[in-house]
Amino acid sequence: MAQQELDHLSGQTTTGHEWDGLKELNTPLPKWWLYVFYVCIVWAIGYWFVYPSWPLVSDYTKGFFGPSMRSAAIADYEGGNAARLANASGLADAPLDKIKSTPAFLEFAMANGKAAFGDNCAPCHGSGATGGPGFPNLQDDDWMWGGKLEDIYQTIRFGIRSGNDKMRDMTMPNFGKDGILTKEQVADVATYVMSLSDTAVKGTDSGKQLFADNCASCHGEDAKGNIEMGAPNLTDKIWLYGSGVAAVEVQVNQPKHGVMPAWEGRLDPITIKSLAVYIHSLGGGK
Amino acid sequence: MSLIEKHAVFEKNSIVLLVGILIAVAIGGLVEIVPLFYLKSTIEKVEGMRPFTPLELAGRNIYIREGCYLCHSQMIRPMRDEIERYGHFSLAAESMYDHPFQWGSKRTGPDLARVGNKYSDKWHVEHLINPRSVVPDSVMPGYPFLAKAELDTKHIDAVVRTNALVGVPYTDDMIANAAADAVAQATPDDATVAKRYGKAVSRDFDGNPAKVTELDAVIAYLQVLGTMVDFTRYDDKANVR
Repeated sequence: MAQQELDHLSGQTTTGHEWDGLKELNTPLPKWWLYVFYVCIVWAIGYWFVYPSWPLVSDYTKGFFGPSMRSAAIADYEGGNAARLANASGLADAPLDKIKSTPAFLEFAMANGKAAFGDNCAPCHGSGATGGPGFPNLQDDDWMWGGKLEDIYQTIRFGIRSGNDKMRDMTMPNFGKDGILTKEQVADVATYVMSLSDTAVKGTDSGKQLFADNCASCHGEDAKGNIEMGAPNLTDKIWLYGSGVAAVEVQVNQPKHGVMPAWEGRLDPITIKSLAVYIHSLGGGK
Repeated sequence: MSLIEKHAVFEKNSIVLLVGILIAVAIGGLVEIVPLFYLKSTIEKVEGMRPFTPLELAGRNIYIREGCYLCHSQMIRPMRDEIERYGHFSLAAESMYDHPFQWGSKRTGPDLARVGNKYSDKWHVEHLINPRSVVPDSVMPGYPFLAKAELDTKHIDAVVRTNALVGVPYTDDMIANAAADAVAQATPDDATVAKRYGKAVSRDFDGNPAKVTELDAVIAYLQVLGTMVDFTRYDDKANVR
């Protein structure tokens, strides 16, 4: 080691390092900094023991208290649910109408349902549940698959044409495309269907006959629909795929069929119940 | 003179210093990375994972091409708020056939790790063509050209083969039939894809049965995300780590 010497200008000693005649002053780190650094090292050693850290031959050190992100998250999730349910315990096993009639349950279900609706249902049905072309309005009392609590509950759980084993499923034939009706007949029956809700449209007797022969089995003699079949009411002014003779013609020719996912398994049972109660309460529930 | 006095050797010879740094960093890297490949407890196998079908893989490539990953992550972290919004936290094994994985780190849009089967195909069609038509306050750009662009299946077998090369268990049969399978999966009720790829569903994803478009591929990909593992049969307690 090179010679340490006193630097006369600064009054400090040098480290003894010398590069081409340049000498380095010995300016140690501040004491407080150095001690914090040593404490950090000690802290890190403690950390090794408390948290999972070192790999071993066939396993790794688990830490004294066995901490795990996964169990912490699950405990947090379950704890959060339990805390929310504190004022509404028993809701999980309560039948739907009891949830509706018990204030504590109802309050919970409405808040929970509203939150779940925002993320899961609003993308299709709209944030106000008013739907859009092809996506039904849930605010009105016009239901394709039934507006009773139990009906709504079942639709949410298993979906519509969702691929679930218990899904709601019914397919309207392609009356025009598959040649069941001629082009003229499609126009005729579409005009008749439109005349049921729009007084400006005049239907014909032949259109009425075509309806009775082809449509009434699902939509009913009076065209008021059948929730068992998912057949919509054709006598009101609510149209999922657009109103007017032309839109109805398109639908008779080659019907569009909506798809709703099944939510059982994706959402927990309490949330599905909450959603059923929430949607039922939006104004159209039967 | 103790060993620590020898540092002058490192300080005065840049090549020696460089080699020294490489060795030090390599030790740190090896200790951190290598155990993940052999420790049993860090390698989790789950039931249900299958390689992507050629159509899904094509959709995935379009997803990468359009930069979807810049705004959408595909990883649900083990935290309560994420579990409540997106569902069960992601498992490493769910990305086992993702090369490269699409975890991402930016969430301008929502996480997509479990978007599969969350919305209908029709919703995806409308949303990809014009996001504002279904989500009024969305800032996502529209991708209407996907509906018009016919899917290029010319190189799809090469994509499948490349994935096989990096360890995805595609068979020769799968590689040979890649282009045909991509078209078949966009054909309603076609059973050939399901025969090779387990639970893969064949249907017309984009609502236009006349041709197989890029939209078909993207929706097929989105609709399978996060759906392969059946979490009603996954035991959280047995898989604490």
